[in-house]
Amino acid sequence: MSRIADRFAALKARGEKGLVTFVTAGDPDLAGTEQVVLELEKAGADLIELGVPFSDPMADGPTIQLSSDRALAAGTTLPGILEMVARLRTRTQIPIVLMGYFNPIFAYGPERFARDAAQSGVDALLVVDLPPEEAAELKEHTDRCGLDLIFLLTPTSDASRVDSVARQGSGFIYYVSVTGVTGARTAVADTLADRVTEVRNALDLPLVVGFGISTPEQAGQVARVADGVVVGSALVKFFEKYQGEELLRELSSFVSALKQGVLQGTQK
Amino acid sequence: MDTPDNSGHFGRFGGRYVSETLMPALLELEQAYHHFRNEKGFQEEYAYYLRQYVGRPNPLYFAEKLSRKMGGAKIYLKREDLNHTGAHKVNNTIGQGLLAKRMGKKKVIAETGAGQHGVATATVAALFGMECEVFMGVEDIRRQSLNVFRMKLLGAKVTPVSSGTATLKDAMNEAMRQWVTHVDDTFYIIGTVAGPHPYPVMVRDFQAIIGQEARAQHLEAEGRLPDYLVAAVGGGSNAIGLFHPFVKDESVQMIGVEAAGYGIDSGRHAAPLSAGSVGVLHGNKTYLLQDEFGQIAHAHSISAGLDYPGVGPEHSYLKEIGRASYVSVTDDEALDAFQVLTREEGIIPALESSHAVAHALRLAPTLSANESIVVCLSGRGDKDIHTVADVMGVQL
Repeated sequence: MSRIADRFAALKARGEKGLVTFVTAGDPDLAGTEQVVLELEKAGADLIELGVPFSDPMADGPTIQLSSDRALAAGTTLPGILEMVARLRTRTQIPIVLMGYFNPIFAYGPERFARDAAQSGVDALLVVDLPPEEAAELKEHTDRCGLDLIFLLTPTSDASRVDSVARQGSGFIYYVSVTGVTGARTAVADTLADRVTEVRNALDLPLVVGFGISTPEQAGQVARVADGVVVGSALVKFFEKYQGEELLRELSSFVSALKQGVLQGTQK
Repeated sequence: MDTPDNSGHFGRFGGRYVSETLMPALLELEQAYHHFRNEKGFQEEYAYYLRQYVGRPNPLYFAEKLSRKMGGAKIYLKREDLNHTGAHKVNNTIGQGLLAKRMGKKKVIAETGAGQHGVATATVAALFGMECEVFMGVEDIRRQSLNVFRMKLLGAKVTPVSSGTATLKDAMNEAMRQWVTHVDDTFYIIGTVAGPHPYPVMVRDFQAIIGQEARAQHLEAEGRLPDYLVAAVGGGSNAIGLFHPFVKDESVQMIGVEAAGYGIDSGRHAAPLSAGSVGVLHGNKTYLLQDEFGQIAHAHSISAGLDYPGVGPEHSYLKEIGRASYVSVTDDEALDAFQVLTREEGIIPALESSHAVAHALRLAPTLSANESIVVCLSGRGDKDIHTVADVMGVQL
C-alpha cells in the first residue's frame, strides 16, 4: 500500500481524522521548509502538502500568492524541491503531496517528472489547473510510477463530475469548501456538512476538505464530516511574521491546537 | 480545417486548464454559446448592434499616398479604428454581452491591458444595463489613464492589480480569481482569443467579422483576394479575426506581428511565437515566455495591449502547421510607423496597430505594384498620445 493509503487506514483504525498541513516549498527557503515539515509532523500533522511556487497562482488568494513570490525570490525550483523531499525521506515517512500548477511540471516534462518525483519519495501530485479532462498527459506517467494524482471537487461540481473524479482520482479526493480562491475565512458554510457527506458517500477514496479553514474550531467542525482537514493559508500567514526558531515554535503550537480541534471534532 | 476539436484543442494547443470550480461554468458557457451562435434571433441582434451601434461595416481603405511613398504593393487598411469605442474589441464585447444577457447574468467582469477591451466591456455593460468590474494592472493604469477615466465615466469599477508584473497577465489572474469566487452570477468577458475553451473559439467567431468584411471589400475593390494579411498579435484577437475567413484561401499569406520591445535579443519583448516555448497559462496550452522551470517571464512592449507573455492557442497552431507566419517589430519601429501613418495618411494608429503597420512598411517595397497587403488597423491612437509624447520628450 502507498504511504497515503496506509495513513488513512491507520487513522480509520483509530477512529480518527487526518490533519493535512500546507506550506509553500521554499518559503523562506528550502532548508527552512525541510525543518518546518519535520516540526509539522511532530506537532501532529498526518499529511504534508507542499506548494510548488508558481509565478501566476490563479487559484490562490493573497496569502499564498505572497508566499509563492517569496519562495521564487529565494530561487526555489521544482528540481530543488525534489532534492529536498529526498533529503526529508531519510528522516520521515509522512505522506507528502506536491500541490501546484501544471506549467512547472510541463516544463520539467510530465514523464521525467513523475519518475523523479516518485524516486524522491513524493507520494502524490495535486495539480490545481489540471481537471480530469486534461489530466491524461500526466496521469499515464503518475500511474506507471505509483504516484497518486489527487483531483479536486467543489461546490459547483455536479453528480457527473463527482463521478468522473471518483473514477480518475487516486489517494484521496480534495473537496474545496468554498467557490473561491485559497485563504482564511471567518466561518465555515452551514451547507458544508451536508454537501461533504453527500460527496463522501459517492466516493470510495478518503475525502479531505480544504480552503478557508483557519481555526481549531473550524477544523473540528469539518473533521466531523470528512476524512481529513486541510489548513493552508492560516499556516502560511506565520511565514509573514516569524522566522527561524520562532517560526517553528509558532507553527508547532498552532498545529497542535489544530490537531486537538480535529480530535475533538472526531469524538463528537 | 476543423478546429478546435470538441474539447477546445487546436492540435496540441488550447484546451481547458482550469481549476475544478470553473469547469462547470465553462461547460455551461460552451453549451450556451453553441446554442445561441446559430440561433437566428441572436445573430440578428448581434448584426443589428454591429451595424447601428458599432458602425459596421467599416471601410477597407486604400492608403494610396502611403503605398506610393513605399513604392511597391498596394496597402489597404481595415479601419477597425473607426468602430465605436475606437478599436476592434467592441466586436467581441457586443457578442459576449448579448450572450451574458441571454444567460441571465447581471454582472460582467473583464481584464484589460491597453484599456480598449475594458472600455468596450464597460460600454456594453452600460448599454445592456449590467454591473461591470474591470481588472487592470497598476502599470497599465499609469500609462493608459485616459481609458481608465473613460471606463469610470461609463459606470465601471476599475480594480487595480499590483501583483506580479502589474500588467495584462496579472489583470487576467485577478479576473479569474474574481470569477472563481462569483461564478454563479458573473460572466467573464475575456478580451482576446486566449483563456480556456470556449473563449478562443468564441472570441474568434465574434472577431471574424473583420476578415469577412475585408475579404468581400477587397474582392470588390480589386476583383481578387489580397496577397498578404498583416495584423498585430498580443493575445491575437484582431489577427485571428482578420485571418480566420481567409484560412482556406491558400494563396493569401497571413502574417502576425509580435512586439519585439527592445529587440528579441535583448530578452525584453512580448514575442512568444518568435522566441518563446510551449506551456500552459490562463487555461490553455500555447507558446509562452517562460524560464526553464516553467515560471512565466516578464513581457515588455511599449504597447500595453501587446504586453502579454502568451498568445491565443490558435496562433500557436497556425504557426505549427505553417499556415501563418509570425514576425516581430520593436518599440522603435512601431513608433516610426506610428509617425509615418499619421503624417502620410492623417490616421493616428494605436501603438498595437502600429506594429502591423511597421511590418507592412517593410514588406510593401519588396512586392510589385499589382500585389496588395491588407493591414488590420485594429485601433486608433488617441489613448497612446501621452506615451508617444513621453518618448518624443514632449510635455503635454
